[in-house]
This record gives sequence, C-alpha cells and structure tokens, in this order.
Amino acid sequence: MKRTLQSGFMLFILVVHLIPFYLLINLSFKPSKDTSSKWQPADTFYWDNFANAWNKAHIDKAIMSNLIVTVFTIVLVVLLGAFAAYPLARHRTKWNSFVYGLSISCLIVPALTILVPLYKFVVDIGGMNHYWATILIQVTFSLPLTIFLLTGFMGNVPKELDEAGLIDGCSRYAIFFRIILPLLKPIVATIVIVIGVQVWNDYQFSVFFLQKPNVQTIPVALSMFISQFHSNINWVAAGCLIGMMPLTLTYLFLQKYFIKGMADGAVKG
Amino acid sequence: MMQSSRPMPATPQGARTKSNLFRRFFQSATSLNLMYVPALILFGIFILYPLAKGVQISFTNWDGYSQHSTWAGVKKYTLMLHDKKIKTTMKNTLIYGLGSTVLQNLLGLAYALFLDQKIRGKGLMRTVVYLPVIISPLIMGYIFYFFFQYDGGALNDIMKLFGKEPLDWLANGPRAVKIITAINTYQYMGIAMIIYLGGLQSIPKDYYEAAQMDGARWWGRFRNVTWPLLAPAITVNVVLNIIGGLKLFDIIVAMTNGGPGYASQSLSTMMYNLYFARQDAGYAAALGNVMFVMICIISLSMLFILRRKEVRM
Repeated sequence: MKRTLQSGFMLFILVVHLIPFYLLINLSFKPSKDTSSKWQPADTFYWDNFANAWNKAHIDKAIMSNLIVTVFTIVLVVLLGAFAAYPLARHRTKWNSFVYGLSISCLIVPALTILVPLYKFVVDIGGMNHYWATILIQVTFSLPLTIFLLTGFMGNVPKELDEAGLIDGCSRYAIFFRIILPLLKPIVATIVIVIGVQVWNDYQFSVFFLQKPNVQTIPVALSMFISQFHSNINWVAAGCLIGMMPLTLTYLFLQKYFIKGMADGAVKG
Repeated sequence: MMQSSRPMPATPQGARTKSNLFRRFFQSATSLNLMYVPALILFGIFILYPLAKGVQISFTNWDGYSQHSTWAGVKKYTLMLHDKKIKTTMKNTLIYGLGSTVLQNLLGLAYALFLDQKIRGKGLMRTVVYLPVIISPLIMGYIFYFFFQYDGGALNDIMKLFGKEPLDWLANGPRAVKIITAINTYQYMGIAMIIYLGGLQSIPKDYYEAAQMDGARWWGRFRNVTWPLLAPAITVNVVLNIIGGLKLFDIIVAMTNGGPGYASQSLSTMMYNLYFARQDAGYAAALGNVMFVMICIISLSMLFILRRKEVRM
C-alpha cells in the first residue's frame, strides 16, 4: 500500500515537472496554422519550424559565439584561479590572508549592480562587441568562487609533496606545474561544470557587451529572434528547443557529474 | 672579510650578484605571490574600479553616452525617496528574493525527504527535477510564456475545460510577480533538493536508531535529529536562494519585461530600463549602489544568523 502511494506520488511529481517540456516540444512540431490546444499532441512532425528558427535566429553563429566565450573563460579562470590559489594556500602570511579575504569578498558583488560603470568602462576601452571584453569580465566574476574552491582543495594536498619536490631540486614553479596542477582534476571538474553552465546561459552580460548579430550568444540571439517573431509561437518554441539542446544533451549524458559538481560548488562556496 | 687587494673587474661581478639576487628571489616563497597578481589586476579593473566609479556617477546627471555630465549631488538618492515606482519595485524585489527562498527551501526539503527512502525511480526523479537548473533562465521564461499566455495559453485551455473564463494571467501586476516567483522556484528548487539530500545522507544512521530506541516518532526524529544536523545545508540554501532571487533579471525580461507598466519590475530590470531606455545613468547607478548595499546586508545578516544556529558535528 505504502509502495503504491509512493510510486503514485513520484509519478505525479514527474508529470508536473515535465509539463513545460512537453508543451515546448509539442509546440515546436506543429505548423503555425495549427491552432489546436497546446495540450493536443502534434499529428505531424513539422520540421520547417526548426529550419526557420535555425536560419532566422542565426543559431549556428550563436553556438560558435557561445563556444568561444565559454571555452576561453573556463581555460582562463582555471589557470588564473590555480595560479592565485597556490601562494594563498601554500604561503600563508598576514598579507596573503588579506588578499584571500579581498578575493572572496568579491563574491558578494552582484555584477548587475555595477553595470552602469562597467558598461561605460567597456565602451571607453573599445571592448564593445568584442569577445575579449566579455571573456575578461566573465573571468573576473568567476574568479572569486574558483579561488575559494581551489584554495580549499590545495589546503588538503599534503605539504610533504612540495617539500619532497624542493629536496629533489625542483623550483617552486616546477612543483606547481608538475605536482600540484595534475592533482587538481576533481575540483577542476566541479569548476568547469559550475562556471560553464553559468557562462553558457549568461544573458545579463552578453546582452550588453555582445549586441552585434555576428557576436551574439544563444540567449541574446534567441531574444532578438523572439522579439521579432513573437507572433509565430511555433518558431519561438523550435528556437528555444534548439537553444537549450547543447547543454541539455551534455547534462543527460554526464548528469552524475553535473549534479555532484553543482552541489559541491554550492556547498563549499 | 673581502680581500680588497685582489683586483676585481666590476661589471661581471656586479652582474653576477644581480642575477643571484634575481634567482634567490624566485627561489623564495615570497616570489610565489606574483602568481596572484593577474587575478588581483582583474578584480581591480572590472570590480573595484567600477564600484568606485559607480559611486561617482550616481552623483551626476550623466545620460549614459555623452562626454560631459553635470554634478547632481545627492539628488538621485533623494529622488528615490519620492519615486512612487521605487516602492513597488522594492516590494517586488523582496518578494522575488524572500518568496523564492521560502518556496525553494520548503519544496526542496520535502523532495529530499521523499527521495531519502528506498524507492524505485529515484534517479529519474532527481534528473527531471534538476533539469531546469541547466537551462537558460531566459529560455525558461519563454517556455512558461506559452503556459500563461492569454490567447491560446495552456493554462487558459484548462480554465475553459472547467467552464471558467480565460484570464490574462500576466496582465495583473501582483499576480505576475507571484507567477514569476513560482517559475524561479520551479527552475532552481533542484539545487536545494540536491543539497538537502546530501545533508540528509551525511547524518549517521545510528542517531536515528538511538532516537527510535528512545521511542521518538517520525516528527520527534525529524525535530531533534534531522533538523539540527541539517543546519549547514539550510544556511547554504537560504543564502544562495536569497542572492539569486534578489538579482532576478532574465525570467522577468522574458515573461513581462517588468510590465504591465512597471508593476512586476525588480531593481535589476528597473536599472536596465533607466540606463538604456530613459538615459538616466546617474539614477541607474544610484539604484545599483542601493541594491548592492541591500543584497550585502540581507545576505550577510542571514549568513550570520544561520551560522550561529548550526550544530557542529
């Protein structure tokens, strides 16, 4: 009895949570002329919606933009974060704990609140509609969490490893690159997932700094497409479905890492 | 001491000491500090400088694009006190922040308690509830637009089925605020669920056995074992959700764009409109500063209160 009740409850939760996705997929397969209820299953697979959304929203270019911004941000944030975390974890002086505190306190600065001066600054340095400005800003706002996670992780790596390296005549930098860096894999996986999802889905920065069609990321390209064709709801649905596909597929294949990584990032953050 | 009689060519010797110094510096632990310089430069350029600049801009009449601007003093801040829109906006922002926090934690904890049993389909439920977390909040807003749309919206079809009049769900400000809060909850409750699940699974099973031996029922076990030991997870979730909710931007843009009028706007969308549509950058910057202070005070005091209640294991 308890068993059936549990299963029934679980089924109910699953259905409720999947409704938005059902509506989205269903809509994206219906031709615009089909004005039947959104609940009624599509009787055709009308692929034209996808073709139109793909072409009119320039999704191919947007995916490229997303890849460029996300990949460069992740590589830079992991490298600069690991650089910064090494002295902060290994060489604990009063000054360094101040630097650590400063880096962590940047965590609570909501990017949105300094948008006005940030926007002016990016215009002044000629970074509008260039990937590098957005990438650097993304890196900056991802660094506090990265430094926090990496410093914590390095603190647990035994110091004896460094000492053994020093005795063997390694320079401190060789120790970092040859011994410490390869040990960071698990925490780097967490960082890649947490920061990757955040940067990939970002709208608030890209809508300001990447406005030209040839540099727009997926959320920006979609929002432009939608404001233009909002009356054609089937195109919008197809566009949304295409836009969320890359990350959704990655998630479904690597969900174990995603769920664990995001939770770790949050709990330790 | 040095033998002064010995002839010594000055240049090579000097060069050697210099390179020695150089080498010794790079062998010292202090030189490692150079490694955090790039990160500090980025913080300085893209966080600290704009923070300071934002304070300066908030005291001017800058329109957002021209080269010159005039001094406004504290006018933008006093304007805030008399701005009727601000009251609604503040209220909305607090509802987005506190409302989503309460809902996400209640639902997340309930789901986690449900999943923390031996049942089939656990993995599937976790995957499904967590799925929205990785979807862009903007896209999530558009998806729900199909649901709450007036003409042919999915919810109005249900209303018709029960013989009720279709409603324009998003045309009513307070209702739109509630709907947006609910969507934010739907999207991010998966994180709360996973964190609570992790917290539940880290509680040693013997505690429950001991409580059971003492004759504690479900509620007693929850009240005296689960709840206090879950405190760290509660802290994380509350602080995380509050910050996320107070900053809410994408979903509002996608669902109502702050409308009708300004009835569902939050501080972030108001700032955006002031800057880009109404060209009042000074006011937008002042609003940003107020929002910054507000988020800091709320999240830090939450952190402080909750941390004090945590039990150390």
